[in-house]
Amino acid sequence: MTSLYDEVQAAPGEGVPTRRVTIKVNGDDRTVDVEPRLLLAHLLRQGLKLTGTHTGCDTSNCGACTILFDGRPIKSCTMLAVQADGHSLETVEGLASASELHPIQEGFKEEHGLHCGFCTPGMMLAAKALLDKNDNPTEDEVRWALSGNLCRCTGYQNIVKSVLWAAEKMRAEAK
Amino acid sequence: MYPSRFGYESPKTVEEAVALLDAHAGEAKVLAGGQSLVPMMRLRFAAPEMIVDINGIEGLRYHRVEKDGSIRIGALCRHEDLEADDAVAKAVPTIAAAAPLVADPIVRTRGTFVGSVCHADPQGDWAATMTALGGHIVAQGPKGKRDIPIADFVIGPFQNTLAFNEIAVEAVIPAPKGVRVGNYLKLERRVGDFATASVAVSLDMVGDTVADAGIALAGVGGRTINANAEASALIGKKLTAENIASVAAAVAAAAEPRTDHRGSADYKRQIVKTFVERILLGLLNSSQKAA
Repeated sequence: MTSLYDEVQAAPGEGVPTRRVTIKVNGDDRTVDVEPRLLLAHLLRQGLKLTGTHTGCDTSNCGACTILFDGRPIKSCTMLAVQADGHSLETVEGLASASELHPIQEGFKEEHGLHCGFCTPGMMLAAKALLDKNDNPTEDEVRWALSGNLCRCTGYQNIVKSVLWAAEKMRAEAK
Repeated sequence: MYPSRFGYESPKTVEEAVALLDAHAGEAKVLAGGQSLVPMMRLRFAAPEMIVDINGIEGLRYHRVEKDGSIRIGALCRHEDLEADDAVAKAVPTIAAAAPLVADPIVRTRGTFVGSVCHADPQGDWAATMTALGGHIVAQGPKGKRDIPIADFVIGPFQNTLAFNEIAVEAVIPAPKGVRVGNYLKLERRVGDFATASVAVSLDMVGDTVADAGIALAGVGGRTINANAEASALIGKKLTAENIASVAAAVAAAAEPRTDHRGSADYKRQIVKTFVERILLGLLNSSQKAA
């Protein structure tokens, strides 16, 4: 059990109400007490110490905090942690297994899909949401699916190549 | 940044949600998709005392094309639900054209049609689309339901006419008078940015005669611009290059753009004129091809 309201403000007033929520994160049930105003991105990062989910802009623009919520991509800075009660989340920490990278991670490695890496977790989860629905996307479809995720380094070229690389590998593996 | 402190309830029925709104007398806000409300709370433009999260209410995530061609959209219908539905594309092409242009793909998995109309952002795609299409919002309060025509619902920037203890549970787009055609064009500097200018056009055609016409604009004024009066010049006529040009000029004159970093007022007015013409000429060309 982790208590999180103290993460939101250094000295919360007496009797600040919290709610107990149970969230499946990368397959594991986690039960935490949260103050309603805690954002999901902050629960993941500060409460559950899953710091792979990044917060880039604080204005719902950049997509660095993208995670999968019941399989669909969402901006975790634009959802309250209490809203995730009873739902299933996947973060970048859930992509790789103990010994192997996920094909999407391999793709970003092979095709140099990152420079500083700050946007990468969000990019990879947005890409996963696309590939889960469409295993053979066109370049246009990849660009469209990633258009909510900002990268300030790469110019996107290699990110798109990385996703197409991953799609090909995942199709080959599925055969 | 994080919001100021608030209470949170997640009722299981609309009646419970309405009771919560009623009990908090104007200090409560309904949370549906949260893609406008949560950023506003985080930036502290909004600081409600109570959040009534309706996401746990069963039966609000739907959109249905009825036999007569009208569409009913539930309060939890997400933008992406409307994006990939052939029945919607056939019944209301303007909605199908606007859906992929709302915000960005990740926001579209959460944000809702009805929430966006309620938010009444002068930049909002759905308030403009619905203004062009007509129809009404179904509001549920302590005394039951009432219908609010869209023209009486979005009355200004970020202003709707819901009472503090009412929830917009459904949006209804009326049945077409004939065959409904239309389009939505939006100029934006990048995905997810506010529009430089957006134009929604919907026509109901009987043969090659316009039986009904609606046009509305977003991003070119301090409110959603209702240009249905200008569009009505087409009713009872066949589309021609001449009447298209004259309606486009009239709609551009009805826009109220302001010069900002997205462009000058004149430029935005020119975009409106171009978009109205482009949409109507496109509809004329495709009807000629079909004939």
